[in-house]
Amino acid sequence: MAIPIPGAAARLAPAPPPAERGAAARHEARAASGFLALSMAGFLAFTILPIIGSLVMAFFDWPVFGDRSFTGLSNFSTLLRSDPVFHRVLGNTVLFVVLYLPLNIVVSMALAVWISPKVRARGVYRVLFFLPAVTPMVANAIVWQLLLTPRGVVDGLWKSVTGSDAPNFLGSTTWAMGCVVVMSVWQGFGYNMLVFSAALDAVPSTLVEAATVDGAGPIRRFFTIVLPLLSPSMFFAVTMTLITSFQVFIQPYILTGGGPGVSTETLVMYLYRIGFEQFQMGLAAATAWVLFIIIMAVTALQFIGQKRWVHYDN
Amino acid sequence: MTTDVGVSRPASVPAAASAHHRRHRRVHLGPIISQVLLTVVLLFFLAPFLWALLTALKPADEVFSTPPKAIGSEIAWHNFADAWNFLPFGRFMVNGLVVSVLGTLVVIVSSTLAAYAFARLRFRGRERIFVVYLSTLMIPQEVLVVPMFILMQQLGWVNSYAALVLPWAFTAFGTFLLRQFFLGIPRELEEAAMVDGAGRIRVLLQVIVPTAKPAIAVLSVFTFINYWNSFLWPLIIVNTAEMATVPLGLNMFRGQQGNQWHLMMAASIISMVPSAVMLLLLQRHLVRGIALSGLGGR
Repeated sequence: MAIPIPGAAARLAPAPPPAERGAAARHEARAASGFLALSMAGFLAFTILPIIGSLVMAFFDWPVFGDRSFTGLSNFSTLLRSDPVFHRVLGNTVLFVVLYLPLNIVVSMALAVWISPKVRARGVYRVLFFLPAVTPMVANAIVWQLLLTPRGVVDGLWKSVTGSDAPNFLGSTTWAMGCVVVMSVWQGFGYNMLVFSAALDAVPSTLVEAATVDGAGPIRRFFTIVLPLLSPSMFFAVTMTLITSFQVFIQPYILTGGGPGVSTETLVMYLYRIGFEQFQMGLAAATAWVLFIIIMAVTALQFIGQKRWVHYDN
Repeated sequence: MTTDVGVSRPASVPAAASAHHRRHRRVHLGPIISQVLLTVVLLFFLAPFLWALLTALKPADEVFSTPPKAIGSEIAWHNFADAWNFLPFGRFMVNGLVVSVLGTLVVIVSSTLAAYAFARLRFRGRERIFVVYLSTLMIPQEVLVVPMFILMQQLGWVNSYAALVLPWAFTAFGTFLLRQFFLGIPRELEEAAMVDGAGRIRVLLQVIVPTAKPAIAVLSVFTFINYWNSFLWPLIIVNTAEMATVPLGLNMFRGQQGNQWHLMMAASIISMVPSAVMLLLLQRHLVRGIALSGLGGR
């Protein structure tokens, strides 16, 4: 993707006389409204309108059928004060994020470093490690369900190796969340691996060579030279992964159905169940806004904290 | 460009060439061991896919065995045909293709037109409108699905292609991505065409779009894959097997067939083919697209 230098575009044609300019500007504005019409119509109908709708619904008792009524903050107080399931679900989601994020970053960074330019056919490794990120997540999760189900291959291998019965991985409160996290890392780390891989390729080799001459070993070189140079990519990867991991849905929905009990139910699963199985649309909308506020808050924290560890200067 | 130290080479030196270079100096065992280990890790990583394929080829009553066996008493190729016919899996594939192709077309057309206006035309409120577009990028889909469902009910679109395609075809992302790319195209190219009397539409189609082909290709593939893999929204808006897309169909299959694992694995493998083929064919574009923009969500 060859991106030409934007500076080349700065040269403007000489300004026409005022009257002509007015006509030209009007013509240009008319043209612009033509080009924008399709996108703006869709954007208003399917983005702006639902955002406003969602905000309104969060303050209503809004069944799918029957009367709706304004209830003020009652949906939010139901969620935050009186629904014990919501508290569990919130805790589960935070637990998922806390386990998933560091695992994802460590695995993707390790593989990005490992698949260095010295590796032969590195493109093949990169693409294959990325493969589960593009295959349907539902299909991936069904495959993992087969692996982890009682009498499945993991169960069988456990028995052959240890001689004792394996736990019911997806049906036990001890193991289920771990399985959801491991499957999610397997499926998703490819994105960050590619981001880190590109950033690693851009690290100037002269810096690394200079450090080698000064006697720094490979581990020291990585932590004092390479990692600080990678901090902008790290910031980007952590921020994006944080945002998407709070939205986790498919993996627990397929693997455990949120069970056993509600021990792996996440915020979005809760939203789906409340909104589209119990048809309390107002409460579901409020759940969505709680999710959004959490995402906004952690992203804001990221941006505030970046001054301490992200180096943009070259 | 120094290549004599052999610590870390610039990415522009092809791996094969540098390996060749090294071999002539002295034989390093380190890189060979590293490559072998990496391959072992890769095979472990791909094992779930391999196991799915092996299971898809087993007779129904041999899916589970202790200790686990890789291959059953026969290679049951017919499982793929059975999976295709059992539920209307062919129908799921057609629905998935229709929705993904239509969705991709609408996304590309609407974001190309809008991106051109934002990048090149001067009009009042341009910056402000663009900021509104940008600010919606942060909003998760989950905030939109609840009111979107009500909107679809009002429009009478529940359980239709329109409902599967249109609600997610006008998000700001495509416009944002293409605008950034268009801004990098030198104006001289268009001015030359304008002097020759070309209108704006012709300039867009004959100058801008061909120049921006890599960006448009990346956006197309990711849009297609996103539609193909999408699950939450189809789960909400579709309520018959006739309208189900592939992931939703797989989920329905699960509910109805319970333990027909051999068929589910065959169906899962089939469902992976389109995205896998696209990735393999367009890997260079996609890898760079992700590296540059983190495209695609995760």
